[in-house]
Amino acid sequence: MTVETLIPVAYLIAAVTFILGLKGLSSPTTAVQGNRIAAAGMLIAVIATFFAADVKGGVPIILAGIAVGGVAGFTGARMVKMTAMPQMVALFNGAGGGAAALVAILEFARQRDAGVLEFGASVATLLALIIGAVSFSGSAIAFGKLQGLITPKAFRYSGQQLVTGGIAAATALLSLVLLGGAISGSFAIEPMLLIAVITLLALAFGVALVMPIGGADMPVVISLLNAYTGLAVAMAGFTLNNQLLIVAGTLVGASGTILTRLMSKAMNRSLGNVLFGAFGAATTAGAAAATAGDDGRSIRSIGAEDAAILLSYAQNVIVVPGYGLAVAQAQHSVRELADLLESKGINVKYAIHPVAGRMPGHMNVLLAEANIPYDKLFDMDQINPEFQRADVALVIGANDVTNPAARSNPGSPIYGMPILDVDKAQNIIVIKRSMKPGFAGIDNDLYLDPKTAMLFGDAKDAVGKVVQELKKAA
Amino acid sequence: MTGEAIVAAYVFILAIFVGFEVVSKVPSTLHTPLMSGANAIHGIVIVGAMLVASAIPGPLGTVLGFLAVVLGTANVVGGFVVTDRMLAMFKQRPTRKTE
Repeated sequence: MTVETLIPVAYLIAAVTFILGLKGLSSPTTAVQGNRIAAAGMLIAVIATFFAADVKGGVPIILAGIAVGGVAGFTGARMVKMTAMPQMVALFNGAGGGAAALVAILEFARQRDAGVLEFGASVATLLALIIGAVSFSGSAIAFGKLQGLITPKAFRYSGQQLVTGGIAAATALLSLVLLGGAISGSFAIEPMLLIAVITLLALAFGVALVMPIGGADMPVVISLLNAYTGLAVAMAGFTLNNQLLIVAGTLVGASGTILTRLMSKAMNRSLGNVLFGAFGAATTAGAAAATAGDDGRSIRSIGAEDAAILLSYAQNVIVVPGYGLAVAQAQHSVRELADLLESKGINVKYAIHPVAGRMPGHMNVLLAEANIPYDKLFDMDQINPEFQRADVALVIGANDVTNPAARSNPGSPIYGMPILDVDKAQNIIVIKRSMKPGFAGIDNDLYLDPKTAMLFGDAKDAVGKVVQELKKAA
Repeated sequence: MTGEAIVAAYVFILAIFVGFEVVSKVPSTLHTPLMSGANAIHGIVIVGAMLVASAIPGPLGTVLGFLAVVLGTANVVGGFVVTDRMLAMFKQRPTRKTE
């Protein structure tokens, strides 16, 4: 028995660790082990691959690549702020998609040089190439949007569907030409030229796919692209006839699809709606809400001192954290505020909307970073009935997830999205930088509610000032 | 269909079912770490990248092979490390008095 015959065994072990890893990641108590088990499996698979016959001549290139990619991935993952995590995931996902596309290109070239370009393998290779390239460029756009390099607003122009559809049609057409050549065994056009054009078209399609989607929907998009990359990797597995790639890629493709569905369900939006619906662009519908300011209701602004008084006389306070809190890194100040209030015998709870922050579970991570006890965090369904008993709802940098228009205004683009019933509290304090609309780009009626007081300022500064006022009063 | 292809198809179909089953009940708290962990797992493409890295002789083939390994490695390492960082925040809960 040579070392090479042991490679499939190592791959089998790795496949099992990936399943166990995903299973582990699905439960809070086993998540850390799950991740590490999968990482260990990955290491085993990589080491085993070094012994494969195909790798022999490439060891220097591979080692150099692992060194560069490893350093880039490691530093990126260590340096990134917790708030910027979603775009980091998008970036790593794009890297995977790009790798799958490159593998497909190289495999095409190898098969062509060997003269074994046949139909079945070509279908899988083409799919790996196209899906991988779409995932690569789509993730890059998602990264750009979340990082603020590109406008997070939905980018739309007239005839857009025509252009996107045209790109898709051209990709499909050229793919058929290529496959036709593979069947007949003779190519009218140089196959590698076809591959190059198909790659460019697929990259363009990824851009066209994600550009029209508003920033608020980016988490769902990243999750979807994650599933795409999984599928691309599985297809690459078919091409290389490598079971491990098929298993791992398919696992991610399938679980990523489920996860995407769970996420869009949390936002009460169908996947089709996310991909093709005009979310951010539907601000014309928000025109109805915009006129609300004209009906005599106005915004009430208060200072930190008033907010402190309001809070200190409360019995029950519910904190509603949002992305603004995360951006301002205010989680530690909020913890201090909550500790102060609790020392006065005030009951403090946190209401976590499923998509608070930028992704499901993102806010839980940020609050956990500030050592806020887990049992104080409540899901939307648990906390919503409690708002009417709350004396103060303190909204910190959250916007769209508190907008009553989602319940009452069928014309609103977020109509039907489950929201936190903040407007049912006795008093509402909203800490916000400005009156700028939220990520969905629509106005919030909550701010015009007579019970609402606006405390303008950076979340961290504003909370810090309230803390000082409370300390003074004590 | 060749024997190899049919085996691959079996593996593919069964993996779909496993993928669906494994994540069917996940608390929303874990959605982000799970996505990130799954993201790291499709970094297995690094194995594919290693296998084809030196398939094409010449500078262009070498550059593309090198890039494939770089991207695959970044996906694997970045994915697992960032997931571990996210999960570390949940883990430190019992000893929350550390200020």
